[in-house]
Amino acid sequence: MSLVRASDISKTYQAGEVEVRAIRGLDFEIEPASFVSFVGPSGSGKTTLLNLIGCLDSPTSGHLTVAGTDVASLGRAEGATFRGKNIGFVFQDFNLIPVLTVFENVEYPLLVVAGYSARERRERVETLLEAVGMVDQSKKFPNQISGGQKQRVAVARALVGSPKLVLADEPTANLDHDTAFMVINLMKSMKADRKTAFIFSTHDPKIVGEAEIVYTLEDGLLVGREDRRTGHA
Amino acid sequence: MRNILKIALRNLLRYRRRTLLTSSLITIGVVAVLLFVSISGAFKSMMIGQITDSMLGHLQVHKRGYVASIDNLPLHLNLGPTDMQTLEAALDALGEVEAYSPRIKFGGMFSNFEETTNVRLNGVDPAREILAAPLLPKRILQGEASAVLLKPGEILVPELLAQGMKVKLGDTVVVVATNRDGSVNAKTFIVSGILEGISGPGGRDGYIHIEDAREILRITENEANEYAIRLKNAGGLKRVRAGLAAGLEGELNKQGHPKYEIHTWEKLSPFYNIARMIDMMTFFIKLMLISIVLVSVMNVMIMAVFERIKEIGTIAAIGTRPGMILSLFLVEGLSLGILGSAVGAALSLAAIFVLQTIPLTFDFGRQKDLLLYPTLDPMDIVVVSLLVIIISTIASLQPAYKASRMEPVTAMRQA
Repeated sequence: MSLVRASDISKTYQAGEVEVRAIRGLDFEIEPASFVSFVGPSGSGKTTLLNLIGCLDSPTSGHLTVAGTDVASLGRAEGATFRGKNIGFVFQDFNLIPVLTVFENVEYPLLVVAGYSARERRERVETLLEAVGMVDQSKKFPNQISGGQKQRVAVARALVGSPKLVLADEPTANLDHDTAFMVINLMKSMKADRKTAFIFSTHDPKIVGEAEIVYTLEDGLLVGREDRRTGHA
Repeated sequence: MRNILKIALRNLLRYRRRTLLTSSLITIGVVAVLLFVSISGAFKSMMIGQITDSMLGHLQVHKRGYVASIDNLPLHLNLGPTDMQTLEAALDALGEVEAYSPRIKFGGMFSNFEETTNVRLNGVDPAREILAAPLLPKRILQGEASAVLLKPGEILVPELLAQGMKVKLGDTVVVVATNRDGSVNAKTFIVSGILEGISGPGGRDGYIHIEDAREILRITENEANEYAIRLKNAGGLKRVRAGLAAGLEGELNKQGHPKYEIHTWEKLSPFYNIARMIDMMTFFIKLMLISIVLVSVMNVMIMAVFERIKEIGTIAAIGTRPGMILSLFLVEGLSLGILGSAVGAALSLAAIFVLQTIPLTFDFGRQKDLLLYPTLDPMDIVVVSLLVIIISTIASLQPAYKASRMEPVTAMRQA
């Protein structure tokens, strides 16, 4: 069963008096535990598509299901709960909460989703921080660590709730080349270890090379699909 | 909840200067209100005490219709022996009554053998009068305020009358009065004291012994036309009045109306309007505090939401429900209120402690150097603090609601 299934989805924005068709009739499926990249130039619709998959927005038309749930059917509060349980996010600007320590930032998604005991939270956070190599920085605040470290914390935060899917919008855009590769490799190893699907957008060709499946977007249209595992277009 | 509180407090610490300024503003408001409440309350209590304890008593009981014609000091509206017994039994049944004193008030002519003028006099039982109006002895400017206040044959002359008539201590004076039947009688008195005049009804009356009043008015039985009543706690005024009215409920005159009329000092003294004005001013000062807190907290919370749009978008995206976002900002506003009111209450208590060690004096009419002793009722602290905390929370409601309704995508795009 597909983790993400999009059927003829479109998204139209109203920018002043101009109607912007950001996504135009896309059809695709993403399998669980896959490592998928959406590539394309700026304004091609990558971020819009990731927002739709992340249940942060709903399509203007078409059907989009994530983990078996129709995205359009989710209300504000249900959407939040669904995201908390099923989706992790890694942002281009890291978006860590500045008043929380590294440990607390990673712990935060577990606090907003009920059912985790303090002990369980601590174990999960410590495991993730160890996995991303940040266990010794756990008491520091975001302004006390580097950009690469912040993104590693962001990856840990995205994974701590064992989501089915992690979405990363341009996760390496604010990182230097080496750190960018380190973060991508970290995501890859996490995908392998935890069977979590990673979907990220990028326009960095070197980073794209790390993806298993690459979708190419142009002007809101899906113009290419490459499965690097099989070599099929 | 603990985590919400932790995040809210850290966010307040994150903008230290702003938090300090806002909570300082709240603190200043709380201190100003509590000091005003304390000092105005002390002034009010002092003045009420001066009026009730010097002359009026907390309550007065007369025969029905007496107060309406009190300027004439009518003698045909006296309470007879049976009326007095009934009234005293009703008063004795009320545990909150500390003391009461029957009075015979009458008007007469006052002569120093050279000049004659009119005078209003109170015939009192000195021992009972001191208990009902304990500050009366302190009004004696010249002469010794003896334990018995007055002996038969002595008179306490009002200050202005003494000055006008050039009467001194030890002088012999004559009081002439018309009794109930219209015949005139006179009696000589020795001036045993000059009495300070005070504001309000009866403040410029003289005093003689009740036996002398009966003699001069040729009253053969036990009679009085006024009862001054002192309560153990002035705060129970309305309750005691109601209790006394209930105790005298069955006592009707020939016309079927209640035989007695009961008045609180509030109804008898014009100072009550000043007391009400103080209460009104306190109300408006509290209103100003509410406005200060409302505007400052709302302003700081609107700024907080505006500056943290990206964070709001992020926490919403990673699964924070709108209710929790709302709570985060409400708790921030609530914490500002708690901080401001707690510091304000502490500073107010300290300021009042200092004020209690420094004698605060003021003049009221002809009364000089009255000593103010400001105190703070714990209930006032609780009410003002709760008011501030509730208003702080209400002021945060709109910004918090706005934050909770933000779409994550829009929030992150705006940032």
